[in-house]
Amino acid sequence: MEILFVVLQLGTLALILALLYRPLGEYMARIYTSKKHLAVERGFYRLIGVDSATEQTWQAYMRGVLWFSGIGVVVLYLLQRFQAVLPYSLGLPAVPEGLSFNTAASFVTNTNWQSYSPELTLGYTVQMAGLAVQNFVSAAVGIAVAIALVRGIARSRAATIGNFWVDLTRGTLRLLLPISVLSALVLLAGGVIQNFNGFTEITTLSGGAQTLPGGPVASQEAIKNLGTNGGGFFNVNASHPFENPTAWTSLLQIVLMLMIPFSLPRTFGRLVGDDRQGYAILAVMATFYMASALILTSLERAGIGTAPELAGGALEGKEQRFGIFASTLFGATSTLTSTGAVNSMHDSYTALGGMIPMLNMMLGEIAPGGVGSGLYGLLILAIIAVFVAGLLVGRTPEYLGKKIGPTQITLASLYILVMPILVLTGTALSFAIPGIRDDVESTSIWNPGNHGLSEVLYAFTSASNNNGSAFAGLTANTPWLNTALGLAVLFGRFIPIVFVLALAGSFAIQDKVPVTAGTMPTHRPLFAGLLVGVTLIVTALTFFPVLTLGPLAEGLL
Amino acid sequence: MTTITTAPPARSETSHPDTPRKTSDAFGAAALGEALPGAFRKLDPRRMWRNPVMFIVEVGAVLTTVIAIAEPFLGGPDASGGSTIPASFTWGIAIWLWLTVLFANLAESVAEGRGKAQADSLRRTRTSTIAHRVTTYDETADPSAAEAEISDLSSAELGLGDVVVITAGELVPGDGDIVWGIASIDESAITGESAPVVRESGGDRSAVTGGTRVLSDRIVVRITSKPGETFVDRMITLVEGASRQKTPNEIALHVLLASLSIIFVVVTLTINPIASSVGAEASVPVLVALLVCLIPTTIGALLSAIGIAGMDRLVQHNVLAMSGRAVEAAGDVTTLLLDKTGTITYGNRQASAFVRLAGVDEQSLIRAAALSSRADPTPEGTSIVDLATRQGIQVGELTTGEVVPFTAQTRMSGLDQPDGTRIRKGAGSAVIAWIEQETRVDDSVRADLDEQIDRISRSGGTPLVVAVLSPGGDGRILGVVHLKDVVKDGLKERFAELRSMGIRTMMITGDNPRTAQAIAAEAGVDGYLAEATPEDKMELIKKEQAGGKLVAMTGDGTNDAPALAQADVGVAMNTGTSAAKEAGNMVDLDSDPTKLIDIVAIGKQLLITRGALTTFSIANDIAKYFAIIPAMFAGVFPGLTVLNIMGLHSPASAVLSAIIFNAIVIIALIPLALRGVKYRPLSASAVLSRNLLVYGLGGVIAPFIGIKLIDVVVSLIPGF
Repeated sequence: MEILFVVLQLGTLALILALLYRPLGEYMARIYTSKKHLAVERGFYRLIGVDSATEQTWQAYMRGVLWFSGIGVVVLYLLQRFQAVLPYSLGLPAVPEGLSFNTAASFVTNTNWQSYSPELTLGYTVQMAGLAVQNFVSAAVGIAVAIALVRGIARSRAATIGNFWVDLTRGTLRLLLPISVLSALVLLAGGVIQNFNGFTEITTLSGGAQTLPGGPVASQEAIKNLGTNGGGFFNVNASHPFENPTAWTSLLQIVLMLMIPFSLPRTFGRLVGDDRQGYAILAVMATFYMASALILTSLERAGIGTAPELAGGALEGKEQRFGIFASTLFGATSTLTSTGAVNSMHDSYTALGGMIPMLNMMLGEIAPGGVGSGLYGLLILAIIAVFVAGLLVGRTPEYLGKKIGPTQITLASLYILVMPILVLTGTALSFAIPGIRDDVESTSIWNPGNHGLSEVLYAFTSASNNNGSAFAGLTANTPWLNTALGLAVLFGRFIPIVFVLALAGSFAIQDKVPVTAGTMPTHRPLFAGLLVGVTLIVTALTFFPVLTLGPLAEGLL
Repeated sequence: MTTITTAPPARSETSHPDTPRKTSDAFGAAALGEALPGAFRKLDPRRMWRNPVMFIVEVGAVLTTVIAIAEPFLGGPDASGGSTIPASFTWGIAIWLWLTVLFANLAESVAEGRGKAQADSLRRTRTSTIAHRVTTYDETADPSAAEAEISDLSSAELGLGDVVVITAGELVPGDGDIVWGIASIDESAITGESAPVVRESGGDRSAVTGGTRVLSDRIVVRITSKPGETFVDRMITLVEGASRQKTPNEIALHVLLASLSIIFVVVTLTINPIASSVGAEASVPVLVALLVCLIPTTIGALLSAIGIAGMDRLVQHNVLAMSGRAVEAAGDVTTLLLDKTGTITYGNRQASAFVRLAGVDEQSLIRAAALSSRADPTPEGTSIVDLATRQGIQVGELTTGEVVPFTAQTRMSGLDQPDGTRIRKGAGSAVIAWIEQETRVDDSVRADLDEQIDRISRSGGTPLVVAVLSPGGDGRILGVVHLKDVVKDGLKERFAELRSMGIRTMMITGDNPRTAQAIAAEAGVDGYLAEATPEDKMELIKKEQAGGKLVAMTGDGTNDAPALAQADVGVAMNTGTSAAKEAGNMVDLDSDPTKLIDIVAIGKQLLITRGALTTFSIANDIAKYFAIIPAMFAGVFPGLTVLNIMGLHSPASAVLSAIIFNAIVIIALIPLALRGVKYRPLSASAVLSRNLLVYGLGGVIAPFIGIKLIDVVVSLIPGF
C-alpha cells in the first residue's frame, strides 16, 4: 500500500509540474522580454527615478542588485531593532543586534535561516512589512539574475543584459504576487490560519493552560514556498498545523516550492531559442530530485533501531498526519529548492537519512534549486561540464554558441569556489578557535560527537547555500553562529551573483558561433548524463571527507 | 583554350596525421636518458610556480621530506585517524611525491627533446656566411647588379633592405626576395626535401630563405628580415618550444585546474579542525597524500607536454605554426577555403570522352584526335593519346607528318599528314573558321556541334573540336574531345568526412561560375567562389567570420597576403612570397595545399588529447577517495571500513598505494600525451560518446584496479 501511495503522490506531483512547465515557463519568458509596462509599474519607475527604457551593462545591473539588497538589509535590521515602538508588535521587545543582523541578512538573501522562534520574537509589522516583503523581492532578485545570465547567453555583440529594476518589478508584480494571492486563498481554504488575533489563551481538555499564537499565516505561507524562502511563521515551520494542516496542503506547498524552479528551464529554452536546451537542464534537475527523494525515503523506511523497526520506519520527528513519504518528499523538496521549510525535523532522521538533505544542499542548490539561483547555478556547472568534455570533440569548448575562454572559465571557477570554502572554513573555524569551540560545544550542540559535527556542518551548508533549512538540535542564537552564519549567507549569495552577472556580460558581448555537426550537442541525454556526473563528482570530492566524519561515521556501524 | 595551367603539381597525396612521415622514436630509452637532466633542472621552484598543480605537489614533497627526516628524533610517525603508521611510511610518501614531480618534468623534457634535434640541425644552417652586398644598387639601370659596387660582410651584419648578390654554390645569407634572376636552390636544410627548387624574380616564387644553398645561376636578392629574426631563427625557437606561449584554451584549463586545487587545499586544511571535534585527526603526511591524490596531477603534469607535442606533430608534417593559438584555432575551423587548382583537381585538364557528331564513325574521330595529339607534349595532348589507347586505338610511332603547334593566334594544334590530309583540334570557333576557309559547314552539323559544345561546357568541361580537311579541300568536323578538370581521388570522401565533423569546404577558382559549379558538384564541396579575385576571397572570409565561423585557407601569392592575415588559420606555402609567409600564421614547407585538412585534424587531436587527460584525471579521483578516506578515519570509526570497497590491506598501504598509482599513471600516459589521442573524423556526438566512454568511464575504473594491484605489492613491505 505504501508503495502505491508513493507512486501516486510522486505521479500527481510530476503531472502537476509537467502541466505547469510550458505555460508557466513561457509566461515567465514573456514577462522578461515584453516591451510593455503596466501603469502601476510605470508609476513605480517614476517614483524611484528609473528609466525603464534603458538597459544596463552588467556592472550597472550588479550595482542595482547590490544597492537594492544592501538597503534591504539595513531596513530589515532597523525594523527589528525598533520593533518595540512599531504598531502590531504584540508587545514584543526589540530584537537583539546579532539576531537582527542574522535575520536581516538571511531574509534579504532568500535564505530565511531563523535563529529564533518567530512567534515569540517578531510582531506582525516586522513579519509583514519586513520579512514578507523580502520574501517577495529576494525571490525576484534571484530570478532577475538568472534571466540576466540567460540574456547574456542569448545575445550577441550586446553591451547590456537588461534592466534590473524592470526585471525586479515585473518578477514581483507579474509573477510572484498573483500566484501568491491565489495560492494563499487555496491554503486558507485548506485550513491555514489568517488573522491578527495575537495570542489566544485556551484551556486544554486536560485542564491545562495553553497560549495559541495567531497571525497572518496563509499570506506568508504562499510566498514562503513560492519564492523558495522557507522562513516560517512558526518555529516548527510547516510541521505546525496552523501552517500546514493536512497532507494535501503539504503537497500544495511542495508544488509551490517546485513550480518556478522547475519551469525556469522552459524560460531558458525560450530565451535562447532552443526548447531542447531547456529539457536537458530540466532532465538533470529532475534526475537529482527523483533520486534524492527516493533515496531519502528508503533510508527512512529502513531505519535501524528498536523504535523504527517496530514502527516500520523512522518516525521520530515526523508528523503523524504526514507519515514518512510526505515528510521525506517535503524534506527533499525544501533542501533541493533552497527553501529550507520543514514539515519534519531533519535532525531526527536516521544518520544516513540526515545526510541526504545535507547532500541536497551541497549540490549547490541546483536540482531544481532556488528561484533563479537554481537555474544559474546549474548553468555554471553546465559551463564547467562543457569545458571539460567539449575538448573531447576536438573544438575549443562552447556552450550555446558562446566560447568558454579564460574569462568565462575563471568566473565559473570562482563561482564554484565560493560555497565549499564558506561551508568548510565556517565549520572548521567553529572547532579550530578554542574560545569559539567551547561556546559551540557547550551552548550550541545538543548532541556531541559525530551528530553534533553534522549539526554544525548542516548549519553552514544551509547558510552558504542560502537554503535556511535547520537541522534542529543546534542553538544558533549565539554571537558566533549569528555572525558567522549571517556572513555566510551574505557571501554565499552575493559573491556568486557578481560572478554570474560578470559572466552574463562576457557572454553578451561575444559573437555567437554557429552550430555545425562539429559542435558538441548540449541537448542530448549524453550531455545531461555528463552534467549529472560532473555535478556529483564536484560535490562528492569536496564534501566526502566531512561527510565521513559526520553522518557516515555515525550511520555506518 | 588549350593553354596549360602552370599550377604546382600536387606533390604528396593526402597524408594522415596519424602517420607522420618522419617517424621519431621519442619515447625510447635514449630519449628518456637525455630528458632526465632537464627534468631535474625543472625542479627549481621558480619554474614550478608556473604550474600551480605541480607546485603544490613539490611543496608537499618538501614538507613530507622534512617530516621524514625529523620523525626518528620525535619518536616515530604520529598515528593518523586512530591507525598506527609504519616507520617507513613517511619516507615512502616523500619519495613518491618527488617522483611525481619528476615524472611531470620528464614529460615536458621529453616533449621538448623531440624538437631539440631539429633545432640543432637548423642551427647549423645559421652559421654566418659571407654576404656580397651591393652598395650602389640601381634597380632600373642595372637590375642584375653586374656593374655595381659590391662589398663583402658577414651575414650577421646584414640589415633590412640590403641587396646582395648570390652565385652558384653559395649559401643564401638571409631571408629575402629575388629582385633579379632565376636559380635552382637546395632547401633541404629547412624542408628536408632533397630535390632542388626553382626560384625566380617577380611572381609568387621569389622568396629565398637564409641558410639554403644556391645550386645554379646568379641572383640578386633584397633582404627582408632583420638579423636574428630570420625564418630559421623563428623555426628554431618554435621547434624548441622555448618561447612557447600558453594558448587561450590552455590558460582556461590552467584556471580550472588551479580552482580545483584551491578547493582541495581548503578541503585538506579544514579536515583536521573538523575531525578534532570527533577525535579523528590525520597526520600531516596522510593529509599531504590526500591533497596530492585529489588535485588533478595527471593533467597538470602532462598539460604542457601535450601542447609541445601538438606543435611537434605539425613540424613532423613539415608545417610550422607561428603560434600555438593557430594550432588551437585549426581545431575550431568551420570553413576551409581550398584553391581548386592543385588542391581539389590535379591542375591539368584531361580527356575524358570522345563525342562524335552524327554520321561520324567513332573510330575515325578517336584516330584523328589521337593523331593530332601524338606530338603534343602538353598534359592535355598526352591524356588524349592515353584515352585513345585505352579505347583500343593505337596510333603508333609510324605516323609521320608535320606537327602544327598551338599558337595563341590560331588557337589550334594538329598534324599535316604527308598525303595532304590536315587534322586540327582546338576551340570550336577557331576550328569552324578554319574549315570555312575551304568549305561551308552544314547547318545541321553546326547545330549538332553547338549542342555538344554547350553540353560539355555546362558540365564544367572544356570542349576541344576535332576536324579533318582532306587534300581535296573536303572539310569535316568529326566530333569533340571532352576535357575535364580531374578531381583528385578520395577527395569527395574526405570532404564528406569533414562535413560530418561540421567543417564546410569552399572551392576557390578563377573559372567561370558554370565550370566552377560542375567541378564543385563533382568534388563534393559545399560551396564555391568562381572568378575569384583576391578581393572576393577577402570578402568571403569576412562574411564567414561575421557569422562567427572560423576560416582556414592556404595561399602563396603576395595578393593572398591580406586574406591570409584575415583568416583564422592562414597557411602560407613555403614556395610563396615573403609577404604571404609573413601574413599567414603557418608555413607549409612542402607547399602542399591539401595539407590544410591534416592541419585541422592535428588541431582537433591536440584539443581532444587535452580533454581526454583532463577527464581521465578528474575521474581518477573517485577511486582515490575510496582508497584514502576510509583509511584516514577507519581507526576511530571502524564502521567506515565498508567504504574500503577495494579491500586494501591497511590504512598505511592504502594511502601509499594511491600515491604510487598517482605517480605511475603520469609515466604511463606520457606516450599518449606525446602521440595524441587517435582522432577519427566523426560527428561531435559520436566522438563525445566514444571519448567519454574511454576516458571518463575508463578513468573511473582504471584506478580501482591499479590501486588494488599496487596495494598487493605494498602490503608485502614489512610494517604495512
